[in-house]
Amino acid sequence: MVQIHNTTEPALQGLAGGPLKESRLAQLWKDIKKSKHYYFMMSPYMIIFFLFTVIPVVVSFGLSFFYFNMLETPRFIGWENYSRLLLGDDVFMIALKNTFLFAVITGPLSYIACFLFAWLINELSPFVRSLMTLVFYAPSISGNVFFIWLIVFSGDSYGYLNGFLMKIGVLLEPIQWLQNEKYILAIVIIVQLWLSLGTSFLAFIAGLQTVDQTLFEAGAMDGIRNRWQELWFITLPSMRPQLMFGAVMQITASFAVAEVSIALAGFPSVNYAGHTVVTHLMDYGTLRFEMGYASAIATILFAIMLGTNMMTQKLLRKVGE
Amino acid sequence: MTLYSRVIGAFRPQKRLNRSFAVSFMLFGLLLGFGAFMVLPLIYTVNNAFKPLDELFIFPPRFLVRNPTLENFTDLMVIMGNSWVPFTRYIANTLLITLVGTAGHILLASAAAYPLAKFKFPGSSVLFKIVVLSLMFSPHVTAIPNYLVMSQLGWINTQAAIIVPSLAFSLGLFLMKQFMEQIPDALIEAAKIDGANEYRVFWQIVMPNVKPAWLTLMILQFPALWGTDGGSFIYSENLKTLHYALSQVIQGGIARAGVGAAVALLLMTVPILLFIISQSSVIQTMATSGMKE
Repeated sequence: MVQIHNTTEPALQGLAGGPLKESRLAQLWKDIKKSKHYYFMMSPYMIIFFLFTVIPVVVSFGLSFFYFNMLETPRFIGWENYSRLLLGDDVFMIALKNTFLFAVITGPLSYIACFLFAWLINELSPFVRSLMTLVFYAPSISGNVFFIWLIVFSGDSYGYLNGFLMKIGVLLEPIQWLQNEKYILAIVIIVQLWLSLGTSFLAFIAGLQTVDQTLFEAGAMDGIRNRWQELWFITLPSMRPQLMFGAVMQITASFAVAEVSIALAGFPSVNYAGHTVVTHLMDYGTLRFEMGYASAIATILFAIMLGTNMMTQKLLRKVGE
Repeated sequence: MTLYSRVIGAFRPQKRLNRSFAVSFMLFGLLLGFGAFMVLPLIYTVNNAFKPLDELFIFPPRFLVRNPTLENFTDLMVIMGNSWVPFTRYIANTLLITLVGTAGHILLASAAAYPLAKFKFPGSSVLFKIVVLSLMFSPHVTAIPNYLVMSQLGWINTQAAIIVPSLAFSLGLFLMKQFMEQIPDALIEAAKIDGANEYRVFWQIVMPNVKPAWLTLMILQFPALWGTDGGSFIYSENLKTLHYALSQVIQGGIARAGVGAAVALLLMTVPILLFIISQSSVIQTMATSGMKE
């Protein structure tokens, strides 16, 4: 950080005397006026950011204490939405259970996969490295093409998986993969994992390339015996910033599973087998127009995401110790 | 370097100590296995787009195309040519959203990132903390109030409802700021001594120096907008996007399966090509994307 403008200003202010509180305020106002160009440059972004991100979060929290159906004026009902949600809504419990299952499985798995594949790719020659980066990254940017998995798991014998299993004789009749609650969760997890090597994967590849190579030689001198020790004591601590960044990205994505579930298993899915907190939110927000209730769902999701992120970051600080 | 030596170079032992061949072999087997899992569905999509109808409905289903044909693409043109809204309209809508949304995001995020990266002023650290915090939750959380804001602004059923919020995604500002912090302060000070004002420094010194970061923002923003279907904001048929048209084709049923594959190929090709072109720059930016502790 540079402070091109006000390097000497505070000292001068102190010499000028006067009541301390007032001078601080005056100083603040001076700084603000001096930085007016900066505020001006930031304003278009910040106005939009506050309008569509910050204020909605606050409004959503506020709205969660109201009954609001978009037609009548909101009516204050206190904690009723939350008590109904947590005590009386069986479908929400299924959604919560599914979301945690998704998060517990896809979160860590995708995070580890991002790192593992980045780590392996990093040892390849530059040409193969960029080829493999493309192979792993391509699914996440071809994003909405995940409906090709519909063809794989299609319920008739033209479905790729059914066709294959029938050909090799494992199955005699096609299985309705996406109509059977035994399989839905697993299939959504597989497709979610397929999609999950995104931004954090790129960040890890880049982070690995910036690790100081001389550290490895020094490590070998100091008695590091195999690549696993090298990984734990040198590589991982050197890229802690990227690990933090990747964790935030993967956790957020793994709690927000909805599109894949809707595209594959339908909305609502058979017996709510693919129902998540986000699909529950969509159900009340866009179909039933119970905005207060939906806002309570959003607030709980927000709290879960934030809490998990904080916890994970605490854990990650211990890496390599 | 020939292609041959480039590929072979991959399997040469690294000049690094502490490597056992057996473990290397196993790990690269793992890499290839999962690589196949990642890439096979994409290869399948490509092949499907060129399959004639009889090959699409063969049992057991065949992975690769035998007699490639362009039939699906010409059929697509015919079907879309007959529909109420011309196909080019969907493409134009998607291009408008994607290009304006991406270019605007790069510009706005850069302009906001420059002061945050290089100067300290009242509120700067608080603003950046809020942006970082907002990385930690998904847009679903804000969907309902967003809808209310949109309807208050009268933006429902306009493309602004998709474009404007996308201009201020927090990830873009975050990456841009981290990257801009690396620009030497001396460069900025020298420009100022030469009499350039803040805006000129930003436009003529900072922006040309963060080209890799622009490309990164582009590669993150472009696919997201390219794949949008208008969500809950756009209802008019003639404002809908390519992705929406595609989902309509798929719902059209079995006879159009080949056409669906053709559109799928169109949809996935553009972002992937973009990534191939900008790959090295993108990785350069990501190297600096660490979160500050």
